[in-house]
Amino acid sequence: MYQYDTIDKAMLADRSSEFRGQVARRLAGELTEDQFKPLRLMNGLYLQLHAYMLRVAIPYGSLNPAQLRKLAWIGRTYDKGYGHFTTRTNLQFHWIKLADTPDILDHLASVDMHAIQTSGNCIRNTTTDPYAGATAEEVDDPRVWAEAIRQWSTFHPEFSFLPRKFKIAITAAPKDRTAARVHDIGLVLKRARDGALGFEVIVGGGMGRTPYVGPTIREFLPVNRLLSYLEAILRVYNRHGRRDNIYKARIKILVAALGKDEFAKQVEAEWAKIGEGSDLPDTELARIRGAFAATNFEVLPAQSEAFEAAKASTPAFARFVRNNVKPHKKPGYGIVEVSLKGIGDTPGDATSEQMDVVADLAEQYGLGDIRVTHEQNLVLPHVKLDDVPAVWAALAEAGIATPNINLVSDIIACPGLDYCALANARAIPIAQHIAEKFRDQDRAEKIGELKIKISGCINACGHHHVGHIGILGVDKKGEEFYQLTLGGSGAEDASVGSMLGPALPYDKVADAVDTLVDVYLRERQDGERFLDTFRRTGVTPFKEAVYADAH
Amino acid sequence: MPTLIELKDDVYRGAEDPFTHVADDQDMAAGDVIVSLNRFQSEGEGLLSEGRRVGVRLKAEEEVEVLAYDLPRLAVVALEFPKYRDGRAYTNARLLRERFRFKGEIRAVGDVLREQAGFMVRVGFDAFEPADDASANEWQAAARRYRHVYQRSADGRAPAFAEREA
Repeated sequence: MYQYDTIDKAMLADRSSEFRGQVARRLAGELTEDQFKPLRLMNGLYLQLHAYMLRVAIPYGSLNPAQLRKLAWIGRTYDKGYGHFTTRTNLQFHWIKLADTPDILDHLASVDMHAIQTSGNCIRNTTTDPYAGATAEEVDDPRVWAEAIRQWSTFHPEFSFLPRKFKIAITAAPKDRTAARVHDIGLVLKRARDGALGFEVIVGGGMGRTPYVGPTIREFLPVNRLLSYLEAILRVYNRHGRRDNIYKARIKILVAALGKDEFAKQVEAEWAKIGEGSDLPDTELARIRGAFAATNFEVLPAQSEAFEAAKASTPAFARFVRNNVKPHKKPGYGIVEVSLKGIGDTPGDATSEQMDVVADLAEQYGLGDIRVTHEQNLVLPHVKLDDVPAVWAALAEAGIATPNINLVSDIIACPGLDYCALANARAIPIAQHIAEKFRDQDRAEKIGELKIKISGCINACGHHHVGHIGILGVDKKGEEFYQLTLGGSGAEDASVGSMLGPALPYDKVADAVDTLVDVYLRERQDGERFLDTFRRTGVTPFKEAVYADAH
Repeated sequence: MPTLIELKDDVYRGAEDPFTHVADDQDMAAGDVIVSLNRFQSEGEGLLSEGRRVGVRLKAEEEVEVLAYDLPRLAVVALEFPKYRDGRAYTNARLLRERFRFKGEIRAVGDVLREQAGFMVRVGFDAFEPADDASANEWQAAARRYRHVYQRSADGRAPAFAEREA
């Protein structure tokens, strides 16, 4: 993993002392809330319905045990004993006191963490594959480029006041676990026939009011030219992106308005003028690459007797392995997914005790490596198969071994009206009702991969457009209603879901999902996922079943 | 009149402004003036031939490329921030320095706040009309807040990757 050096640490210390001064000016009444707002927003501090919310950056979703323990400690000391992992792989504390925030930033800095650029119209945290460095599928380690982007984008002098926020995702595997095609920029690392590494560059995907699957503007960008090319894209956007309407300010609107060919032409013209001066020198790339060099894996047999024996003797463990353990590139290792989607829990929430358990397990069994997924779970990417039974037992004890990764109850939900000032409707209880409905694990496994995503408003923080089943909270004359969409995907087969029909009241949503699943089970042909069946049959059978009562 | 803060030889000083901003609907002032792009395009030749120093004030949506051929004759390019959140002037300033090698003054005008000082200095601004009554000392403290930078930009500071190699 990348280790912060004295320069990286000095950056965080300087930021922290700057913010301490700003908070002191606010508390002393020298700054009004209006004047303070832009300053706190540059430090990830939002004022929500009930309290301040602090969004802590977890660069490319990578944590070490000391960092996760510190987050647990902050949750216990300054919040209500928990934190919420987000779809940007960050962590939010929802019950923070303003006066405590300077100390919290200092505590974060003590473990090389911060809240830089977790809000504001700047380049936000880069998403990458939570299986990076562990999956055999990847052509190279995407974290190298995510770290290069982290440094390049931090306090960028030209691109800190963009028309709107800006999010980048990088994946290096054909199976996309980053939702690259619905990001402002999606980068897909590939190898050319001659073995050279390059990026497919996708620009202008996004969700919100106007969802788009982003078009590819360049099939192959040599890897060492990444930063100059990003500079060209950002410059075209900074100059020409709309600033007159917050809902039309994302880069997707510019790309759609110009058309992808014209947009690409403008980027290429700007890139030609920039030249190589903005690229990172090979020596720095080598330094970063070295930090992600192969971990100290042991040479192990592919099969583990302890692992196989536990599977045979303990059905619950076997079920966990089927759903939450993924193949590792090294024989004798596995990738273990830690579900933050316990039935009846709030998706993405982890208590301080649970965070401590995961940190301990990472230290003892996981080569000190922890990842956050954009689907709001945690991953221990390097666990020996021999140790998986012990890891499972400890996770189960802590209530975070729910065997539901990619299943119907592995739901993304935004905080919704329970916390958020923008929301029209609650999202969390809808997720809880659906999870309850599919509590039967045999049935959930029989249904197979089914991604449900819930947003409490059109801003789409819960990614509903790309849910196999998407659920959007809307306000109808003061009452919570929910618009269902089907057939979306944020993965390599990205698409925006299409509307099922009229919005449903709060207490009908879980039943409607149940009905949709019944239709799928009736219609599916061998091996089809919900998404595949929907794409084959179209919306009609689903629509007929859900609205049958209304006729 | 706003106070002018100038950056010279790494020091920030309060200064008497030798230039007068002349709006499009005002009569031309005497002495050194800063005028809009429109006015410069119609009256610039005459003003320059009178031997005065002339500056052009660009709105956020006006791109510095339009000045490419006039830059050697200009003493000041003033770049407007209609709101501090409007970041287009950062690109204009950086291109003036890096692409057009402009050696004159680049002045930040409009919603110019000390919290943005560090960014402004990095893209090549060297004169500031603060909207928040910041003193030269306060401006300097804000601009020097960070001991290191991560990117190459128009200020010539060594980025982290270059410092690491040194």
